[in-house]
Amino acid sequence: MKKFKYSEITPESIFKNRRKFIKNLGLSASSLFFGQNLITSANANTKKENMKLTEYRYVTTYNNYYEFGTGKSDPVERSQKFETKPWDIIIDGEVENPITISMEEITQMFPSEERIYKLRCVEGWSMIIPWLGFPLNKLLKKVSPTNKAKFVKFTSILDPEQMIGQRFPILDWPYKEGLRIDEAMHDLTILVTGLYGKKLPNQNGAPLRLMVPWKYGFKSSKAIVNIKLVEKMPISSWMKASPNEYGFYSNVNPGVSHPRWSQATERVIGEGIISPRIPTTMFNGYGDEVASLYDGMDLKKYF
Amino acid sequence: MKSLLKPSIFVLSAAPFLLITYKIFFNKLGPEPVKEITHFTGEWTLIFICLTLSMSPLKRFTSFIFWIKIRRMLGLFVFFYATLHLLTYVVIDYRLDWNQITDDVIKKKYVFVGFAAWLLLIPLAITSSQKMITLLKQNWKRLHRLIYAIAILGSLHFIWLSKTIYFKPLIYFIIITILLILRVNFKNIFNR
Ligand code: HEM
Repeated sequence: MKKFKYSEITPESIFKNRRKFIKNLGLSASSLFFGQNLITSANANTKKENMKLTEYRYVTTYNNYYEFGTGKSDPVERSQKFETKPWDIIIDGEVENPITISMEEITQMFPSEERIYKLRCVEGWSMIIPWLGFPLNKLLKKVSPTNKAKFVKFTSILDPEQMIGQRFPILDWPYKEGLRIDEAMHDLTILVTGLYGKKLPNQNGAPLRLMVPWKYGFKSSKAIVNIKLVEKMPISSWMKASPNEYGFYSNVNPGVSHPRWSQATERVIGEGIISPRIPTTMFNGYGDEVASLYDGMDLKKYF
Repeated sequence: MKSLLKPSIFVLSAAPFLLITYKIFFNKLGPEPVKEITHFTGEWTLIFICLTLSMSPLKRFTSFIFWIKIRRMLGLFVFFYATLHLLTYVVIDYRLDWNQITDDVIKKKYVFVGFAAWLLLIPLAITSSQKMITLLKQNWKRLHRLIYAIAILGSLHFIWLSKTIYFKPLIYFIIITILLILRVNFKNIFNR
């Protein structure tokens, strides 16, 4: 796998800011994880310009977060007063030590590292985002899943007072998602607490969201309040809304097209109308790391 | 005064086109410019369909003949915006990648009905001149009833391309349904 350093794919100005940020935190650069996951063989041919980080203003103003409305700019416009303190997360189900843990405890116990991941939305667009977070497996190991724990179910907050979108039956609220246990334990699967070296903005899923880079964006739940280990495959809100369009796995796959969006290509957010679509790669380019999870599975059937 | 009315309607109808041109040249389209153009032209196509369909009911309720005089122009704007919409998709978005485009038209029902609606608009645009009206006589009227089918297809297109329950597509659907119901001649039905 080809490895790129952050500096190679980051606009100079942002890179400098980041160094400053690291200094301010008193961290050494080596303690950070240098976006090694970004480029895999399939992507290596694409020109380097395509590896540019998506500008902060786009990452934070162009969001799908139906709890705040179905428009792309609704989340940034309607989430600024969203209260994320105090915030507790319950981790329970098929585990030996169920816990209720506060966000403060989480940030203390699990130092965040930077990971540059490509986010591919099922609607056919992508962004490249420097997340701050930590592997979900670190948190899961704390609660010791039992051998009945086959899946992990993520439940987001239900708060129609603060989230106007939840007053309408757009989806089965609260937002529910799920992963198979091996997907959840995979090192690329992270819980996110920030981006671009800053605290996670509300519109991006503060205070705690998931990021599973080889799956379509909707798999990565925002504003999580419950992580439950379960024996049976959970039904996600999108599966419930439209079972023939959204499967449980929802791995990025250019060969399986969605009834509404072709998945063969994608638009890179922030590019002008002159730039063409780019080809979408299997597992969003993370095939080297994750393809083995699906050995022997027919991914057309289990989409 | 009266003679200025028609040109003003023309300028007003062209305003969305001028607006999107301005946005393209001054880079005001936001993070996903191509989608923005597609949505903008698509929605204006549907708005002009609704406007065109409103003219004969308006004439009935107000008994101004004026509405009928601008109807054909509005209809041509439907074709104009629909064609811009199609070109955005074919040229800007998919770069004349015919494999992918035909694949979309065949496999995605929302593209299929949108494309069908655009095809049906062609004969209407071709026969929109005064000469054609005199030439086709009663058949002209019959032919131009295709706009009802186009309206239904356009509205279905919008509903099917939406990811979940959206309000806008349903509002257009309701407006179009009402405009079509207004055309049913209830007197004839009940007197039979
Ligand atoms: C009379 C014909 C048509 C009408 C009234 C129409 C109307 C619309 C409307 C209202 C939208 C949504 C705008 C929004 O979300 O704000 C739309 C989107 C779209 N239309 Fe059309 N359309 C027509 C024909 C076509 C044709 C011929 C094509 C392509 C062959 C097409 C492709 C699309 C695409 C790709 C989108 C965007 C879908 C997305 O957001 O993913 N349409 N159209």
